[in-house]
Amino acid sequence: MGLRRVAVVGAGMTKFMRRALETGRELSWQAASMALDSCEMTLDDIDGVVIGTAPDAFDGVHMKGEYLSDGCGAWQKPVMRGYVGGGTGVFSPIQGWYHVASGLFDVVLVVGEEKMSSCHPHPQGAFLTIFDNLLERQLEPNLIWIFALEMHRYMTAYGLSKRDIALVSVKNKRNALDHPCAQVAEDITVDDVLNSEVMVWPVNRLDVSPVSDGAVAMVLAAEHVAKRVTDKPVWIDGVGWHLDTAYWTNRDVSYPKYVEYAARMAYRMAGITEPRKQINVVEPYDPFSYKELHHLEGLLLCGKGEAPQLTVDGVTQRNGDLPVCPSGGLLGVGNPIAAAGLMKVAEIFWQLRGEAGKRQVPGKPITGLAQAWGDLMQVGTVVVLRI
Amino acid sequence: MPDRVAIVGVGHTQFRATSPGVSYKELMFEAATKAYADADLDPRRDIDSFVCCSEDFTEGTSIFDEYVPDQIGAALRPVHTISGDGLQGLAAAYMQILTGAFEVVAVEAHSKASNILTPHHVLALALDPIFVRPLGAHPHFVAGLEMSRYLAESGTSREQCGQVVAKNRGNALFNDAAAYAADLEAEDVLEGEPAFWPLSRLDISAPADGAVVVVLASEARARALGIEPVWILGAGWCSDSIALDSREWGTAVYARLAAQQAYRQAGIGSPSREIDFAEVDDTFSYKELQHLEALGVFGPGQAGEATEEGATQLDGEFPVNPSGGSLGVGHLGEANGLQKVVEVVRQLREEAGPRQIPDVEVGLAQSWRGVPTATGAVVILSRE
Amino acid sequence: MTADREYPGTPLSDSDVSQGKVLIVEADPNARYAWDAGIAIGRFLAELKKGRIVGRRCHRCRRTMVPPRMFCEQCFRPTDEWVYLKDSGRVNTYSVSYLRWDASRVEEPTIPAVIEIDGASKGMGIMHLLGGVKPEDVQMGMRVRAVWKPARQREGSILDIRYFRPY
Repeated sequence: MGLRRVAVVGAGMTKFMRRALETGRELSWQAASMALDSCEMTLDDIDGVVIGTAPDAFDGVHMKGEYLSDGCGAWQKPVMRGYVGGGTGVFSPIQGWYHVASGLFDVVLVVGEEKMSSCHPHPQGAFLTIFDNLLERQLEPNLIWIFALEMHRYMTAYGLSKRDIALVSVKNKRNALDHPCAQVAEDITVDDVLNSEVMVWPVNRLDVSPVSDGAVAMVLAAEHVAKRVTDKPVWIDGVGWHLDTAYWTNRDVSYPKYVEYAARMAYRMAGITEPRKQINVVEPYDPFSYKELHHLEGLLLCGKGEAPQLTVDGVTQRNGDLPVCPSGGLLGVGNPIAAAGLMKVAEIFWQLRGEAGKRQVPGKPITGLAQAWGDLMQVGTVVVLRI
Repeated sequence: MPDRVAIVGVGHTQFRATSPGVSYKELMFEAATKAYADADLDPRRDIDSFVCCSEDFTEGTSIFDEYVPDQIGAALRPVHTISGDGLQGLAAAYMQILTGAFEVVAVEAHSKASNILTPHHVLALALDPIFVRPLGAHPHFVAGLEMSRYLAESGTSREQCGQVVAKNRGNALFNDAAAYAADLEAEDVLEGEPAFWPLSRLDISAPADGAVVVVLASEARARALGIEPVWILGAGWCSDSIALDSREWGTAVYARLAAQQAYRQAGIGSPSREIDFAEVDDTFSYKELQHLEALGVFGPGQAGEATEEGATQLDGEFPVNPSGGSLGVGHLGEANGLQKVVEVVRQLREEAGPRQIPDVEVGLAQSWRGVPTATGAVVILSRE
Repeated sequence: MTADREYPGTPLSDSDVSQGKVLIVEADPNARYAWDAGIAIGRFLAELKKGRIVGRRCHRCRRTMVPPRMFCEQCFRPTDEWVYLKDSGRVNTYSVSYLRWDASRVEEPTIPAVIEIDGASKGMGIMHLLGGVKPEDVQMGMRVRAVWKPARQREGSILDIRYFRPY
């Protein structure tokens, strides 16, 4: 297709924590410094910065991207903040990709940050304001309502059980035991999930990822720079994003069509015709246990309603045929919203380079995919990476 | 990679102090309908990607991107928002087309400022929560400090700033879409109600509601559409430090650096000679002068004098803000930049009616994200 | 990512904050808005005050939509007519909530649902609450009807419908 090639050449991240001492700018700086150090670059090498950070309401800071900018290395540089809710973490590297692929930039620093703990009494309350200002907020919805409604619809459409879905929490929280930044890694059983407190049925507490503070950063470079900077550039071969209608109550939420369209866009660009065969490791967005399954289906990695069986069969374990969330995902590592999606891209970066330590999936994976989701069951963002 | 990128369609609503009969969605639909008609495109078939510019606290809704797709024809399409201004959105669209993976991209921004009941409290939320906000001051104090410093360093007078107001609100008399056209003298501004010294109330642009959509296309698509394109010669954007304690107060460094990027792409060495006119940010009267100097259109400390001599009038050597700028049109928040682009396009297409500047080939649009940011963008447009 | 390096970030506990062991600055955002409801939702809310649910129809794709909008997002053209809908429908999906919006727990759960409204096109739902029914008795696809506030208490709000009850 003749597109200018762009690679990820370095990445860094902070721990994911329920509440960090560091401010959002300090977290950004920590992750950005680590990413630059990892490829021996400095800010002088950076032509532009992309910032991903989700609701300003958590921080109580308006134009939060401006506030974070110098912590993200954006002093006197071109900087842009993209925003697609929870999809932001995977969208930011896409935005970085189009900066470099346009030919206007050679090296771009991408920073994903979230500091949810500033919001009192509980960050979940800030989500009230994502609902429709005229027709929904008055009902005082809790964020988890919308997930419960979707989970129930998905379970009913395909005859799925909470038991099978709970396996995702078990797998991811166990995988996270090997992630040095993980907030909520632990060894649990399906019964632990089913017996945990019901929040909004059918969602139990252990079906849900936590609230977190954290930051992740990565360095993107044009081909001629990437090859100079590292022996192992990881190429961004496919990108895709789609946003569905805001009228989510007019849609069938049992299937995330917008994830499929985002995936198709990325697959077309990456030359992938048989995703299940051609993709070696996957990090789909897992803010809730059922979401990993929902998204595997949207990514066309299995048929509709079939993802739970893949989990039951062990296909999605690290040593399985299609490792899913080897990082431990949001369920195990934590969910600082925009940083979480970028963590998944970083995980694929490290997996493809053989640098994932104890989390490394066997078999020298070549092609990996990271996906995030966001908004009112609305946006899918996908990147396909290859080494 | 395509050679060039063009603007092939523009559309906007009226800009008015209030817009009680319509929701923001309905304003967006109107602007999009007009822009797509201008470009003769069907968004459901012909547009590859959409970029919207918004800030949650301005809308009163978190994750505001949820609510943008439907009314701009972008449902289940590649859409993203940026928390940035219209020119940054235009730059995003520009880059997407330059990758070669997209041919037509639409950019949208709007203002429903009238719906914010506590605008200065919302703006204060952009001040550093630990070091600045606890001072409890109205955020426009930042502009007052900057104006003070700018006047002292540049030798510009308050009268010269008042002349900017008179010029821009006077230009707006020729712009049907503008909200704040008025026949004023510089003295009126000086004698205006004191606001944040040395700013008087009349030095400050007032908010307005409205929506703007601009459609960009690759050269190949622009030609295929048979539309007279307006080419993007260059785009630059920059953020200086957000920290009030470590920025240069007298000069608009962000504008200088953003312009440098744009000039480099456009191959422009002497802006005052190679560019014919400009729409620059005039959120506060002195900003027009400070920005013109940062853009290199006038030398340091000379923009005020040039204004006094009439150089920036509609019939001057370098017309500035022929549309009326934010002072005359109304301050549209993130949509300011797109309003400026629309004006530059109209001038270049010779569609500006009573405010048409004769013989224009190259125009510049520059925006600033407002207090307390040090972020701005520059776009340079030309006819064939 | 190398195996044994130390990752930055200093976790705090809840008591670090509540017992003042770290310096914090508190503020209450004063962010208030009055949104113009516009033509479509303005009419929708006015009709709710009268005890009716109204939708909009696009003649090209022939969808009758609720919540109503003046533009058809599929065809990208103005919608064509107002259509009065019934105040009954079917449960598309529901859940049982033990949490308030601010994450505090409630004793008596509420039943949020998406209800497809009769008279609109298939799949056209709105979010509301179910009431007058025990959570364990709710079924997917159940028929429900709006229970309205008395006329003089209605304000032109989605809350003019108290909840939807099975019938």
